Amino acid sequence: MVKRLIILLIKVRKNLIMLRKIRITLALLFWAAVTLLFLDFTGTIHAWLGWTAKIQFLPALFSLNLGVLVLLLALTLVFGRVYCSVICPLGVLQDMFGRLGRLGRKHRNRYSYSPAISWLRYTMIGIFALAAILGIGSVVALLAPYSSYGRIVSNLFAPVYDWINNIFAYFAERAESYTFYRKEVWIRNIPTFVIAAVTFVAVAVLAWRNGRTYCNTVCPVGTFLGFLAKYSWFKPVIDTSKCVDCGLCGRRCKAACINSKAHEIDYSRCVACFDCLENCSQHAIKYIHPRKSMTMAPNDALVVEGMKEAEPAVAGASQNQVKEAAPDKGRRGFLTGVVAVTAAATLGAQEKKVDGGLAAIVDKKVPRRKTPIVPPGALSLDNLRDRCTGCQLCVSVCPNGVLRPSSDPEHLMQPECSYERGHCRPECTKCSEVCPAGAIREISREEKSSVKIGRAVWVKENCLVTTDGVECGNCARHCPSGAILMVPSVPGDENSPKIPAVNDERCIGCGACEHLCPARPFSAIYVEGIERHKTI
Amino acid sequence: MKNNKDISRRSFLKTVGAGTAAASLVIAGCAPKKKAAPEDAPASDSPIPTDKMTMRQNPKTGEKVSLLGYGCMRWPTLPDDDQTLDQDMINRLVDKALKHGVNYFDTSPAYCKGRSEEATGIALSRHPRDSYFIATKLSNFAPETWSREASVKMYNDSLRYLKTDHIDYLLLHGVGMGDDGMETLHARYLDNGVLDFLLAEREAGRIRNLGFSYHGDVKVFDWLLENHDKYKWDFVQIQLNYLDWKHASEINPRNTNAEYLYGELEKRGIPAVIMEPLLGGRLSKVNDHVLARLKEREPERSVASWAFRFAGSHPGVLTVLSGMTYMEHLEDNLRSFCPLKPLTAEENEFLYRTADLMMQYPTVPCNDCKYCMPCPYGLDIPGVLMHYNKCVNEGNVPEGNQDAEWRRARRAYLVSLDRAVAPERQADRCVGCRKCVEHCPQGIDIPAEMQRISDVTERLRQNA
Repeated sequence: MVKRLIILLIKVRKNLIMLRKIRITLALLFWAAVTLLFLDFTGTIHAWLGWTAKIQFLPALFSLNLGVLVLLLALTLVFGRVYCSVICPLGVLQDMFGRLGRLGRKHRNRYSYSPAISWLRYTMIGIFALAAILGIGSVVALLAPYSSYGRIVSNLFAPVYDWINNIFAYFAERAESYTFYRKEVWIRNIPTFVIAAVTFVAVAVLAWRNGRTYCNTVCPVGTFLGFLAKYSWFKPVIDTSKCVDCGLCGRRCKAACINSKAHEIDYSRCVACFDCLENCSQHAIKYIHPRKSMTMAPNDALVVEGMKEAEPAVAGASQNQVKEAAPDKGRRGFLTGVVAVTAAATLGAQEKKVDGGLAAIVDKKVPRRKTPIVPPGALSLDNLRDRCTGCQLCVSVCPNGVLRPSSDPEHLMQPECSYERGHCRPECTKCSEVCPAGAIREISREEKSSVKIGRAVWVKENCLVTTDGVECGNCARHCPSGAILMVPSVPGDENSPKIPAVNDERCIGCGACEHLCPARPFSAIYVEGIERHKTI
Repeated sequence: MKNNKDISRRSFLKTVGAGTAAASLVIAGCAPKKKAAPEDAPASDSPIPTDKMTMRQNPKTGEKVSLLGYGCMRWPTLPDDDQTLDQDMINRLVDKALKHGVNYFDTSPAYCKGRSEEATGIALSRHPRDSYFIATKLSNFAPETWSREASVKMYNDSLRYLKTDHIDYLLLHGVGMGDDGMETLHARYLDNGVLDFLLAEREAGRIRNLGFSYHGDVKVFDWLLENHDKYKWDFVQIQLNYLDWKHASEINPRNTNAEYLYGELEKRGIPAVIMEPLLGGRLSKVNDHVLARLKEREPERSVASWAFRFAGSHPGVLTVLSGMTYMEHLEDNLRSFCPLKPLTAEENEFLYRTADLMMQYPTVPCNDCKYCMPCPYGLDIPGVLMHYNKCVNEGNVPEGNQDAEWRRARRAYLVSLDRAVAPERQADRCVGCRKCVEHCPQGIDIPAEMQRISDVTERLRQNA
């Protein structure tokens, strides 16, 4: 094993293997894995690929996953910012757009060197650090690169994926097959959706025009890893004895960090993409450990040959195009989706002569909760706020339509529970399984049944006993913890219609009562969150 | 209908030659009405004879009634809009039925959310009035319609919707239903003078035959027959099939075995009109075990054909109603009745034993008549029950997670449930208000079934 590794390292050192191709292959694998995590609403892929979210830098940092952190730091200290070019899905997405921007011979080498905008980088990382320390989750979520990517996928790509799934489900239904089932597509939170869309457009445009601008100005992870990458063991080095000063490397550098005139590379911005290595007609750039003895021979003004050298085929090219087209469709489709939903709601009302079809049902509305409800495993509002990076993985995987990003400025984009579409079902612990940041701790089914995340509150004026004079008891029937008793509405009169009485000691806040309450649009029993979860 | 029109127009032009366009159009418009039986060629692949329908004689009028009657409770809706009846298809169904000898059409102001009479009237009025018999009902179920005025208005509306000045067969609808059958009978027909009105209408010839359809409380059935001398029932509509023959009261203590009901009618020589010969499809959508058993005997006949032959084999039956939604239903039923092959005594025994076997499957006896709808809390009651029955018959209601089939059955049950019924209309939404219970002709305790099914579903969801 060690021997093999040494051989590999020697090969790498001698640039005997195609670093760029390896980078692209790995990057695509990582990117596809992370993307699938956000798309797969069944949560099955997570068992296999969940680790690709857990090795993301900020989630590892917030969950204090020391093993991963040490590994990532070591990786950067040895190879430079390969994290940014391989592991970070937002970085790979930018490369895809960059690639589109370089389509065509004219644009192939379209970048140029620019000095680092250090003040912006340091301001950004300063703001980020401050926000993280002060626990301003929304700012953290806004700047975290992996989370930005997660939001883009869950808000813009996932609907397309779901619609395609629904096409399959449509045919499966007709074929009496149960392989595919319909997934409802809905905007969970408008601010988050808008932020995701804006981030996507901004990142795409920046990447299209100038490569990794975002990574080297805004991204706090990029800036942080940049500090380390300056001292990495391996780095691309220009062999001035071979360099012909053609400037190709600089014009190909998506990080704009190669000052070819000065033969200098800003390693804090280099994302170790190896494009320059392959683009250099003289093979004058090598990915090696720089030695002090390296000569800086004067360069002759040679006519550069091989400028037209065919570029190696890039595996990612075709995927790039597909991914570029998808999000736009997604956004437009969203609107049609919304229209369809409202049309369906109004269709409900119908004339009735004697016997009839289905009664119209008004959609449930979100009650005004004084304290938000956060899922079991989140421990407390503070824990969630401090650790959650707003990546939406929990939201994507919630099968009950319970989790959605918050609009509250303090918790913006962080998950919260609401029970219009479903309740936090006793058998489900999906969100706790997938959270990479330790914001929702892994919790077993048994533990979940005794974790109190909220308390049910009865609203007399909405209850069927008050509005229809009908005794109902649906909340009591479906309470999984037996926390609701039906008591006479008139004290002492056993025959009076019964109303629910909540046993606060037993209620865990799962929302079954709220979800299944027949009162609409506001349920007659709803769950109020609690600051700190309790075990009952 | 469009096809018929086109064909008749084309054939007309052929015979007349190139007449003026205007003239041809005018006559073509009338053509289908004038021709008693449209002479468009029968479907080439159809071996169903048009002149072999088994007929029964009405002892009072002597008229010949087809043994297959068309039940108009389940007319098709448009493929993309389940709120609107598909009139074109209804016309085609009616044309085809008439052509093959079906001449009894049974509707009600209550059917198809109140749209059946109108649709039936449109389809039938395209044919000569004397080529078919109309049966409709006085469906004054809602207490708002219990007054004489409201009931008479309902009757007059029926005449108007059916585009006719007389009803061949008029029924008191669903007597025996309600919490107290006799009380409800009094409120709906006796105390308000509605039955007297109907008797007078029969006297006046606007009602040619008067009868009643019966569900539920047998006291009402017995009382009405005891007063046969007074009311002279021309026919009575009962639920009869090989499951209800001996098992009706076992399925629900409120109900009475068809064997008794039919026997009482036969004793008095009152013709029986048969409803629910198929139990709303429960005798065609059977479990694999029963299917294999029936197909083994008659591999080329449909499962449903057994049920129709059972109902039709009783000599005192005037007609057997079937609500045929699709052309293939109609064609299959026509094959069973053109002509009817009566059951042998051995085959009868075989069906009784089949019924015993079916009783072992815990399905809910819902016939999808939708009288319970709309549920004030938005449930799709028949949808839930039909889905549950389907899962029972297909073996997709596993006992517990030790069951070898658990995983597969669980997925099948849950995925098909969400397909069949919207989540906000499923069994777990039942509040138990019991408004539906009195409307169910089968006497199903719907809230209890909803809660039981909700528990089954929850167990499957929890995977425990």
